[in-house]
This record gives sequence, C-alpha cells and structure tokens, in this order.
Amino acid sequence: MTDNSTIAGTEQEIVDEFSLFDSWDDKYEYIIDLGKRLPELAAEHKTDENRVRGCQSTVWLIANDREGKIFYEADSDSTIVKGLISMLIRVLSGHTADEIIEAKLDFIDRIGMRAHLAQTRSNGLVAMVKQMKNYALAYKLKNEVNDGYRSTETKSN
Amino acid sequence: MIPAEQILPIDVQHIRSAFPILGRQVKGKPLVYLDNAATTQKPQAVIDALTNYYSGYNANIHRGIHTLAEEATAAYEATRDAVKDFINAPSREEIIFTRGTTESINLVAYTWGRANVQQGDEIIISAMEHHSNIVPWQILCEEKGAVLKVIPVNELGELEMDVYLSLLSEKTKLVSIVHVSNALGTINPVRQIIDAAHKTGAVVLVDGAQSTVHLHIDVQEMDCDFFACSAHKLYGPTGVGILYGKKDILESMPVFLGGGEMIKEVSFDKTTYNELPYKYEAGTPNIADVIAFKYALDFINATGKAAIAQYEHQLLEYGTGQLANIPGLHIIGRARHKASVISFVLDKVHPQDIGILLDNQGIAVRTGHHCAQPLMDCYKIPGTIRASFAMYNTFHEIDALVAGLNKAIKMLS
Repeated sequence: MTDNSTIAGTEQEIVDEFSLFDSWDDKYEYIIDLGKRLPELAAEHKTDENRVRGCQSTVWLIANDREGKIFYEADSDSTIVKGLISMLIRVLSGHTADEIIEAKLDFIDRIGMRAHLAQTRSNGLVAMVKQMKNYALAYKLKNEVNDGYRSTETKSN
Repeated sequence: MIPAEQILPIDVQHIRSAFPILGRQVKGKPLVYLDNAATTQKPQAVIDALTNYYSGYNANIHRGIHTLAEEATAAYEATRDAVKDFINAPSREEIIFTRGTTESINLVAYTWGRANVQQGDEIIISAMEHHSNIVPWQILCEEKGAVLKVIPVNELGELEMDVYLSLLSEKTKLVSIVHVSNALGTINPVRQIIDAAHKTGAVVLVDGAQSTVHLHIDVQEMDCDFFACSAHKLYGPTGVGILYGKKDILESMPVFLGGGEMIKEVSFDKTTYNELPYKYEAGTPNIADVIAFKYALDFINATGKAAIAQYEHQLLEYGTGQLANIPGLHIIGRARHKASVISFVLDKVHPQDIGILLDNQGIAVRTGHHCAQPLMDCYKIPGTIRASFAMYNTFHEIDALVAGLNKAIKMLS
C-alpha cells in the first residue's frame, strides 16, 4: 500500500499504476482518459493571465488556497496535455506551499514520460510544473508578508 | 523542362538505401519520416563528404598556399559552381553562401533594404510568408518609417493576385514572396508576380526555402532579383544557405558583416572591400557543410529533378486522396498548384495530440503553426498537422500515416 497523503506517496501510486501497462499505447489511452475526465475550467478563467507560456497547446492554470493548502484547477485544448495536468494536480493539489515547492516530481521521469515526449513538448510539461510551483511560492511569500504585518501590529498594540 | 513522357520513373528502394537514417526504428517501429518541409534526411554521400573533409583536407580556405588549403578551397568553390548550375544563375559571383534562408533574407534587408528603402516606401509580402520573410521587413519598416503591405490568401490557399496588382505602385520598393508555402504547399506564380513588380520598378526577392527541392529553378527565366534557399532542405547539411542576387544589384549594395575575407585592403584610415561574392562572406565560412552540400546536389541531379518532381506529385495526389477519406479531416490549402505538402486539421482533436500519438507509432509529422502564425490566424486555427513528402517516401508510408491517424483518432474519441 502506498501513502497518498504525501506528494511522494501519490507519485509512487502513479508509478505503480503505470507499471501495469505493457505498452505506450496503453499508457496514452490512460492519459487520454484522465484528460477527458478532468473537469473543464470555467470560461472566465481561460484568460491570457492564466495561460502557461512555453506549451505548444494552450494551457490555463489557476490556484486557490483553503486552510493553508493549495488547490489547482487547469485545462488545455490538448487531451493528452490535460491528462498530464490531471496527474500533476492529483500529486500536488491539497498540499501546503512548502510541500509543493519541495516536491521532486520524479514520477514524470519514472513513468518514462519525459524521455518519451519530444523535447519541445517536454518543455511544456516543465513550464507547467514551474507555474504550479510559482503559485506555491507566491502564496508562501504573500503569507510571510501578511504574518510580518500581523507581528508588527501585535507589537504596536 | 523535360516532357513528362520522357521522364524515367525513379527507383525508390534504391534511393532509400542511400539514406542510412531511414533504416532506423522509432518507438519500436520503422521510421516513417514525413517532416521533409522542416528538413530533409541526408544521403550517405553527404555524410561521407563531411567525414572526408575533416579527416582528409581540413584547412582554412582562400588564404593558405599549402596543399590542404588548396584542396579545401577547390572543393568549397566547386559547390558554388554546382549551386550556380542548379538554379541556373548567370555567374558564380552571384552565389553567396550564408547560414540559411533566414540569413539570406536578412542580408538583403540589412544591406539593400537600408540603402534603398526610405520613409513612406512600401514593401509587399504575402499572408502565407514564413516568419523569416516577415520579421526582417518589419524591422526595416519600423526603422525607416516604411509600410509593409500584405497580399491576402483566398480560401484555397492561393494568393489574391488582383489585390497584389492593386497594391503595386511607384511607392513599392520591394516585393518579397515565398515561392512555395511551407504550411500549405501552394506554388505561387512567381513569374507573374515578378513581371508585375518590375513594371513598377520594384525589386523582387523569392524565398525558395521550400521550392528548390521540388521545382525546376531557373533564376534567369524567373527574372527574380534575389533568390534565397537552404541546403538542409535539399538533402544537404544544416548551416548552409544560398543567396543569389543579380550582379549589378549585389555590386551596388553596401556590405553586411565586416571582417576577414570580405576585404581587399585594410588600414585604419580606409578599408576597401573584396569582389563578389567574397564581399558578403566575412570570416571563416562553414567550409565542411558547404563542401558536403555539393554531394546533395549531385545526388538530386543524378536522380533527376524532373523524375523526382513527378514522383512527389504522385505521392501528393495519393496522399490527398487517402487523407480525404478520413471522417472529420479537413485539408488546409487546396491550391491548384501544390508541392508535396499536405496540411490538415481534424474536428475536435488538437494537432499536438495527433503528433504525439503518430510519433508513438514511429511516424514523424509536424504539428503547430509552422512559423506562419499570421496565416494560421487567416484560417482561424491554432495550427495544423503537416505531412511533407520527399523523394524517398513511399505510398506504403502514406498508408502507414492513414492507419496511424485512424488509430490516433480512435484513441482520442
């Protein structure tokens, strides 16, 4: 049994799932299926601001925080890319900023995806991961600034 | 041109055996290489020429008096003669080696353009240009306060010639036009375009990056002022481009890059420049690749350009017919005169997904905007899937593409 309460645990879970497939056809069918099942992002979020640069297809990514944890939603006009995003969301969503920033995300290598995708497309994947981590970093910085204000206020009271 | 009935059919299996890469596997399947408009594969003779140069007579050219330098110079200059013959230029002085079509176009923009285009002047390009025949002119227009005019493209992917004629005026200084569209395969009526431009006194550059491998090129008959192409799309090495220019124009143009080789005499007071074509070949050139390029041209000549063109046209017709049978497939670019390029989109399927799933079956196609974003905007599509054929492709490979597409569509639906 793997532990899906941690990022590394979910990564292992995906690696285990992929080890069941004999061929890349099967792997792609699974990724396509994930892509189709990922809920569509609401039209109002499909803005230029939410676009991830560096992808051949269009990718939109948004993040929200609840109780100190970050949750992602994303969409793409490419089904395969959507499937890949779906896996990234499954791994990273619901974790703290620190956990996300420090996530190794070596499952992409371990399932053979990075080697399998042509470099240009792989770069798109890298751009997505970077954007997800950037969100986490932004939340962390924002909270540190807010914490800083609070402590100053406490002092002045 | 040779009459069609006198053209001997090419022996595709014999041709294939000359290209070692075609024997490899991709993702466990035999490679089906259909991205020839991006770059062509290289015959063994070209690969050997590179090795032979470096292992046998590597030397810097034009200066040394030793044997190696003389051998290297002779081989380098032999390519210039081969290129001259290949495009039927009047003289070898009109053939300038560059890094590629992009550099050739930029050379014209930075030299002829800066000397001849003034504020309020107009440059005409078309809506089907590659970015490399758009951006250099935009830079020039911005710098000079000149205006860039664009010939629109109709539904079929052909230039709207009546609009072109109406754009021409005494303000037109240059028409820079693609001979064959990389994204659509359209063969443009360059002769007609050039004649009309010359009547208004404009100079014409023909971007032959895609055409030179498919069509019979005769720059004298075409009467273009400049012609640009790349060796790597002609079964030759990367990093070699050609700029042909009419002698009187090249002679009157200011120099481009300054340095060694392009000078006659240098002093701190004044430098005089070398004769054509060396005036535009500053620094040590790409000697090995230029030398190897001749072997690519020899290969094409030995196979026979007319025979290649005839065979590629058969591939185009067969491919167009077979692809049209796929439900939901729409061919983008249905010009009456086309080179062996088929661009298409599929209903509800992103080109990138098709590209990935075809690659998984060993089939190499291009997906995306093909460096022609304004053209994609005309068709209101983000990009296409493009299969482009070369002399070594087979009907069987087209069948593999069709089977691969059907499989990919099934997986995605």
